[in-house]
Amino acid sequence: MPQYMFLIYGDENAFGAEPPPPEVWQEMLAQHQAFMAGVQSGGGQILGGEALGPTTAATTVRHQDGEVLLTDGPFAETKETLGGYYLVEAADLEQALAFAAKVPTSGCVEVRPVVPTGGQ
Amino acid sequence: MSVRDPGGGRVPDPVGAAVAAAHRQDWARVVAAAARTAGGDLGLAEEASQDAFVAALETWGQRGIPSNPVAWLTRTAQRRVMDARRREATLRRKLPAFGSSLPQTDDSDDTDQAPVLDDRLRLVFTCCHPALAAEARVALTLRMVGGLTTAEIAHAFLVPEATMAARITRAKRKIVTAGVPYRVPTPEDVADRLGGVLAVIHLVFTTGHTAPAGQSLQRRDLAADAVDLSRMLAVLMPDEPEALGLLALLELTYARRNTRQTSEGALVLLAEQDRSRWDTSLISQGLRTLERAGRRLGSRPPGRYLLQAGIAAAHAEAPTFADTDWVSIVALYELLHAAWPSPVVALNRAVAVAYRDGPEAGLDAVAAIADDPVLVRYHYLPAVRADLLRQVGRSDEARAAYEQALAQVTNEAERAFLRARLADLKVSLD
Repeated sequence: MPQYMFLIYGDENAFGAEPPPPEVWQEMLAQHQAFMAGVQSGGGQILGGEALGPTTAATTVRHQDGEVLLTDGPFAETKETLGGYYLVEAADLEQALAFAAKVPTSGCVEVRPVVPTGGQ
Repeated sequence: MSVRDPGGGRVPDPVGAAVAAAHRQDWARVVAAAARTAGGDLGLAEEASQDAFVAALETWGQRGIPSNPVAWLTRTAQRRVMDARRREATLRRKLPAFGSSLPQTDDSDDTDQAPVLDDRLRLVFTCCHPALAAEARVALTLRMVGGLTTAEIAHAFLVPEATMAARITRAKRKIVTAGVPYRVPTPEDVADRLGGVLAVIHLVFTTGHTAPAGQSLQRRDLAADAVDLSRMLAVLMPDEPEALGLLALLELTYARRNTRQTSEGALVLLAEQDRSRWDTSLISQGLRTLERAGRRLGSRPPGRYLLQAGIAAAHAEAPTFADTDWVSIVALYELLHAAWPSPVVALNRAVAVAYRDGPEAGLDAVAAIADDPVLVRYHYLPAVRADLLRQVGRSDEARAAYEQALAQVTNEAERAFLRARLADLKVSLD
């Protein structure tokens, strides 16, 4: 079966700068559980998926004149578009950024932490 | 030890004075130790440290000032961190879904015997982490390492306090949510990132140093804060020539602080400064620091700050402006341009060439770099040209260049200086 990547966009400031209140978070998790169950029962398969931390926790890695350049914040250019992804386990942001700098691309790599959702 | 001039205010009470002194000298140590206990959560470390200083006011008043105030403050701040962590653990049991998103406490080396120096080094390198926005690094360093209040930092950078508070909060949150590690920099990290740390301190200094005098009366002396930060870093990294080079540069430049402007805030050129009012003890200290930096260098090529300190030393050592060793200064600018190519350095070199070989040679050197895209928007280039044109008697061209510089300058003291020069030129033409 062919595979598809779903990229979920939304208003991360729906609750201001704060994470959603616990009861809202629980409700969101329940909705996603229901979505995953629906895919499964509809004959599809969820191969992976994670919640991402806010863009305020993002760092963008690019190369310029042979040097690795870090920028605080998400990827902002519109000329380049999303071309792929890796989900990487690393000790901390520093190691993650060092790996990101080795991704073979002439564009850049946005590094966002994955938010733990308390198991599947 | 602080370079700040002692304040003239009355000391309210010995306990208050002891707490204030500890805050001035040891804030960074307390925050750094608390941050280690907090696993790198700088927000929690900051709150706990603040609480510890508040608690000191009360407890020391009742039980007397402890023999080792910094140890007391550190212990108290670390205890507050652990209390907060315990409350979070309770919360975690109630809300399992949030559990693993809470930062973990690093209990492994949580003892008072842990190296305090390394703690502060961790704090500095975390605050200056390249994954943080440049302006956030400066603000965070001043808050967490320098102990300035958010209001003081906001005032120094001329932004509303709420904006600065948001900037600092956002940076602290990113450290936690993105997982910026709170650890002692490895030698590899130091090689990669020391430049970024030094650039933050240098920026703090230049922000303070170029502040107009009229405003600096109400503004905190950021230049003194930068000298303190630089001195701390030089203690923490005694073998890094560039860390020592920056300290030497700041000491030698700060030694001229009282002669850079008139009491009305007008700019005074180096040539016209009253050298008897330079801080000679700070100059000797800067020269000693520079010598130490040179010894640590060994066979490596000198870096940007060491070379700039060399130039500052050449000026500081000249008994009069006429005695300035321009041959050495031009040579140092050439090395500096090789180590750190920058159009501004090229322009400063051109000025030094003018002093060494005369204004015509200076004009040639300026002409060679006049098309640089960075310099096109920089008022210092037409200002330099104007001065050289004035010296060779090309008054019309000089006037046009002064007007061009005036159109580009943003600092009030510099604007007033250029206006005065332009007015002199008009008078001499009449």
